[in-house]
Amino acid sequence: MIDGFLALYIFMLAAFTGKEVIARVPVILHTPLMSGSNFVHGIVLVGAMVALAHAESPLAIAIGFIGVVLGAGNAAGGYVVTERMLEMFKSSKDAKKD
Amino acid sequence: MDTQTLLVYLAKASYFLAAVLFILGIKRMSSPVTARKGIVQAGIGMVVATLATFAITGGHNLWLIVAGIAIGVVPTWLWGKKVAMTDMPQMVALFNGMGGGSAAAIGAGELLKFTQAGAAVPPLATLALAVIGALIGSISMTGSIIAWAKLDGRMDKRFTFAGQQFVNFAVFAAAVLVGAAIVFWKLDANLVVVFFLLALAFGVLMTLPIGGADMPVVISLYNALTGLAVAFEGYVMQIEALIIAGTVVGAAGTFLTQLMAKAMNRPISNVLFSNFGGGGGGEEIAGSQKPIEASDAASLLYLADKVIIVPGYGMAVAQAQHKIWELSQALIKAGKDVKFAIHPVAGRMPGHMNVLLAEAGVPYDLIADMEDINPEFKTCDVAIVIGANDVVNPAAKTDKSSPIYGMPILDVVDARQVIVIKRGKGTGFAGIENALFYQDNTRMLYADGKEAASRLIAELKAIDGGGH
Repeated sequence: MIDGFLALYIFMLAAFTGKEVIARVPVILHTPLMSGSNFVHGIVLVGAMVALAHAESPLAIAIGFIGVVLGAGNAAGGYVVTERMLEMFKSSKDAKKD
Repeated sequence: MDTQTLLVYLAKASYFLAAVLFILGIKRMSSPVTARKGIVQAGIGMVVATLATFAITGGHNLWLIVAGIAIGVVPTWLWGKKVAMTDMPQMVALFNGMGGGSAAAIGAGELLKFTQAGAAVPPLATLALAVIGALIGSISMTGSIIAWAKLDGRMDKRFTFAGQQFVNFAVFAAAVLVGAAIVFWKLDANLVVVFFLLALAFGVLMTLPIGGADMPVVISLYNALTGLAVAFEGYVMQIEALIIAGTVVGAAGTFLTQLMAKAMNRPISNVLFSNFGGGGGGEEIAGSQKPIEASDAASLLYLADKVIIVPGYGMAVAQAQHKIWELSQALIKAGKDVKFAIHPVAGRMPGHMNVLLAEAGVPYDLIADMEDINPEFKTCDVAIVIGANDVVNPAAKTDKSSPIYGMPILDVVDARQVIVIKRGKGTGFAGIENALFYQDNTRMLYADGKEAASRLIAELKAIDGGGH
């Protein structure tokens, strides 16, 4: 069980981590990075799966099902779009190799 | 240790691994050299976490879960594969909206469970975070859908009415009050329904008055909000991977939003609460725009040693990036120094131009950021501006009455010769005149970007052929 101050510490440390890991991002990667972080919060799928697994009433099952569909869409769409953008980032050296 | 305990341990260990992979993945995505590895790494984290979750769901509603994943994955995967590069910004908005919706759905399900007769009263922190996460997730969902509709050209760019800000504030305040009532007063199903309706409505209302020029900042903000919503619902569900990944994205997204807003010299509060792009303002400009033919423009390029190309949203609309790269290759082959200058907010999203140029095959080392390229305009023989307007407007530096005063710009004004490729005499997003177009050393090539580039390539060939 994650509770009280322990949760607060986790939030705080993760927030600093988030800011620090992208602190030196060049402008050319802003859009792919936004897209990539958009993919990462697709992890919400896992939460929706657990919610659906615990759902009993028809309404709860319907809500959980919607959550799973939307979460899966976030993850899958976010990955494809980011991967397509980053696929194109090549330096002149790479381009010659191909 | 029984099997179920073992499976839970396995799942928890997988979530830990996934959290590490996400953080490393995001870190790698912030450098061009490692970016491609970064997304693959984050992808592995996602697959590991999703598979591990089956270990703790214990087979309950198993086929519904599998069906839900299939319905979510297949169409978005196929759509994401085939959508044009120019449409990427709205796709990011749409997928972000889905994430927000998923977080809101988790919140709705949990709140519903709490309201049932005989349910245990949840701890205050759990209840409060379920409500806040649901509020943020709902706003992010409907807001992102409106942003998608606007960028996809399905909706009029801006929608305003008298007293709009008051109405918006009232709806937001009502959502917060009802949310507080659920947490502190009465866990009631009807209140929960009203709460969600208000939150969803506020997302729509908040985004309606925001113009296209500000959309990048708004999408980035909604991305950060979805991250936060995921983190809060993660606490409610007690799943560590959601808390870590959601908070990291929330913080990184907020920082990215600030970077973008700073590049536009527009505080985030201005983007959200003031109406931009009303036009007017600024000083009158003396003189006239001087047109040029493609053949003459080609001669200027033929004589130049150093050429800087400044692309803007017009290039994306005209789908001209491939032709522009072809033109650049012709110039490079003729021994000229060619570079691309990118304003941080050119296009609909920061980095939008880079993505388009990369798609056309332009190596990223030919592409320069604003700070790096600005001193070079002084030594540049010809600057070609294609479909960019406000980001090269010198009024941002000289005219205090201009709405864009103070925004950092590309110093195209310093180049010896400027060729502006533009479809007509209209103004940019901000709806203001551009003094650059009236300068003595500026020539206007009135044409669609793609067509202009083709004609320049043909004329260059003709000059080259005639010289030998």
